Amino acid sequence: MTELLLEPGRVEKNYWRDLWRYRELFYFLAWRDILVRYKQTVIGVAWAVIKPLLTTVVFTFVFSKLGKFPSPPGVPYFLLVLAANLPWQFFSTAMSESSNSLVSNANLISKIYFPRLIVPAGSVITSFVDFLITVGLMAIMMACFHFLPDWRVFIAPLFVLLAFGAAFGIGLWLCALNVEYRDFRHIVPFLVQFGFFLSPVGYSSARVPIVWQWHGLDIPLRLLYSLNPMVGVIDGFRWALLRGQTDLWWPAILMSCCFVVFLCYSGIWYFRRMERTFADII
Amino acid sequence: MSNAIISVEDLGKRYRITHQGERQRYIALRDVIMEKARNMFRSSKGGNRGLSSTREDFWALRNVSFDVKHGEVVGIIGRNGAGKSTLLKILSRITEPTEGRVWLRGRVASLLEVGTGFHPELTGRENIFLNGAILGMSKAEIKSKFDEIVAFAEVEKFLDTPVKRYSSGMYVRLAFAVAAHLEPEILIVDEVLAVGDAKFQKKCMGKMQDVARGGRTILFVSHNMGAIMALCSRAVWLDAGKCKMIGPAQDVGNTYLSSSAIETQRRLDLAAISRAGANGSQARIVAIEWLDGVPLQHGRPTRVKLEIAFTASVHDVRVGLGFSTMDGTRVGTYDSNANPTDLFSVGKPGIWAFELQIDTLPLNPGLYSIDVGCNSSEEHGLDYLKGAGSVEVISGPNTPAHYFGKESAVRLHGVWNMNPVNHEIPEQDVVDFKGHS
Repeated sequence: MTELLLEPGRVEKNYWRDLWRYRELFYFLAWRDILVRYKQTVIGVAWAVIKPLLTTVVFTFVFSKLGKFPSPPGVPYFLLVLAANLPWQFFSTAMSESSNSLVSNANLISKIYFPRLIVPAGSVITSFVDFLITVGLMAIMMACFHFLPDWRVFIAPLFVLLAFGAAFGIGLWLCALNVEYRDFRHIVPFLVQFGFFLSPVGYSSARVPIVWQWHGLDIPLRLLYSLNPMVGVIDGFRWALLRGQTDLWWPAILMSCCFVVFLCYSGIWYFRRMERTFADII
Repeated sequence: MSNAIISVEDLGKRYRITHQGERQRYIALRDVIMEKARNMFRSSKGGNRGLSSTREDFWALRNVSFDVKHGEVVGIIGRNGAGKSTLLKILSRITEPTEGRVWLRGRVASLLEVGTGFHPELTGRENIFLNGAILGMSKAEIKSKFDEIVAFAEVEKFLDTPVKRYSSGMYVRLAFAVAAHLEPEILIVDEVLAVGDAKFQKKCMGKMQDVARGGRTILFVSHNMGAIMALCSRAVWLDAGKCKMIGPAQDVGNTYLSSSAIETQRRLDLAAISRAGANGSQARIVAIEWLDGVPLQHGRPTRVKLEIAFTASVHDVRVGLGFSTMDGTRVGTYDSNANPTDLFSVGKPGIWAFELQIDTLPLNPGLYSIDVGCNSSEEHGLDYLKGAGSVEVISGPNTPAHYFGKESAVRLHGVWNMNPVNHEIPEQDVVDFKGHS
């Protein structure tokens, strides 16, 4: 018979076993969020497709026609933007939803025991399902443009995993912070908007110089820029989907990977530390 | 200790509560500006607005220790705010203890609120799965118990409508039905049976009894002493975070009941209570006094004094003292004109005392609400107070431990006799207890 000791400050070694035991809850919470989103709607599931489609059209117009940003040879600007928009939508919705996930599930947190990690993970999974729908959109658009991907497309899932990790890591930090400091609910949309321009969604990251001269100092701008994990994800996703026509700067990918690992690890650490007080302060 | 499925040792839980400081009088504009500037830069965390605030430690639980053996049903009783829900939260691993330790030797499922996790937009069917999963059941388990749950809740017709359209009764039935089919080793239930109509409450109690008979350990919090004494073998009485008494459910329950109605005083002053209409102008009932002390005792002689202040002389006065159960049903009234001619005559103004002698108090143990009134014979009401106070009746020294009608308010008096009836029962009509002839 399993024996459990509850004591102040005790770190529960069974946590990961508990997570496995409650694995079905991941599915159920994500299922609930998806179901609820599309109840009593008229556009319904189509919304998951319309949003990236329309935003891509607008960005293509703004950046390519008005801003005259160049695109690599043979690649329509539309596809360039769409290939970046997909992971970006995934990341931004995952970040916004998971940051608020604990607070909006306050009634569950204060009345029922389950490993709280499931809540932000569930919202990232929900966004991931939307992402999968948009991948279908991408396939259709590529067919429209008669632009078929090559062998590199099989590497795309790795970059998706990276995006998942980034969303999860940041989501954990934000949701744990949001429980105690409710201003994060207002900070997050701002971060998302800010992050949008800091990520190569509308433009290609090749535009960012590797070294930038500033008051006589050589600043490794591209490297710093790549601290943003989405830079690595978007670069990689583009490279995989668009036949490698966009070039891939490996230091950026490496930088993003390391940062994502750091984010996830530290996110889990902070979350676990704050978890025991959630029910008291939520 | 090895036999106990739950061991609580010296458990304590502390919360920090903040108080906002006194508003200071700002004498200088400079101070006002400084305070406003400070307020602007302070983050909105905790809601403190720059005034001096103090923090206080509030111990919701302190030094609580008890053991629960496997298969026991233990009740947890106490006033509101005693710490019962906090104790359950700690045992359910929702919050962490500040002090002490708890050993749990079995899987715990807790029911702290009915319908946790129900989403109003989802249908009944979807919510059964969702709620079941949240409470810890696996998908396969829910599927196998689905029909039972629906049958218990009696919502077959409405399974596919969103729960927001359910009546409150249906909602509660469905929520309880899901929770009732949990099969953990330890079940923790927090006052959730106090919902729904009488038929449903009976169903819930029946289900709880089944679970108890199935050998599961149950921890049960309720204010319904009847439920506690019927279901539980032992009870823990929590008072202001401390364990006041642990023992057999009957004893703890009775001790708790007899202590909790302490607002009944020996003398109740009624002069200041506002009256309806013209009541209390010519005559005003100013006090009730229980001359033999409180609580009153069932079956004992009791004397009650009513003090009434008269501003004028009144003839043909009647007074009455009525007892009602706490839900407002009038049980009975002692009125002063047992004979139509028994009327008092108040000759001059002043305070007069009217004393009532009761030979044997027929009221069964419980809490009663008091109504007092005073009329003059021309159907003219002088003063009337409904619910002037409450009084508690406890068992008297001659009250038997068991008698019929204990749950009614009044024990009627009559004398029973037994005599043989000269009558031979023919052979063929003899029936034994099992119904065979």
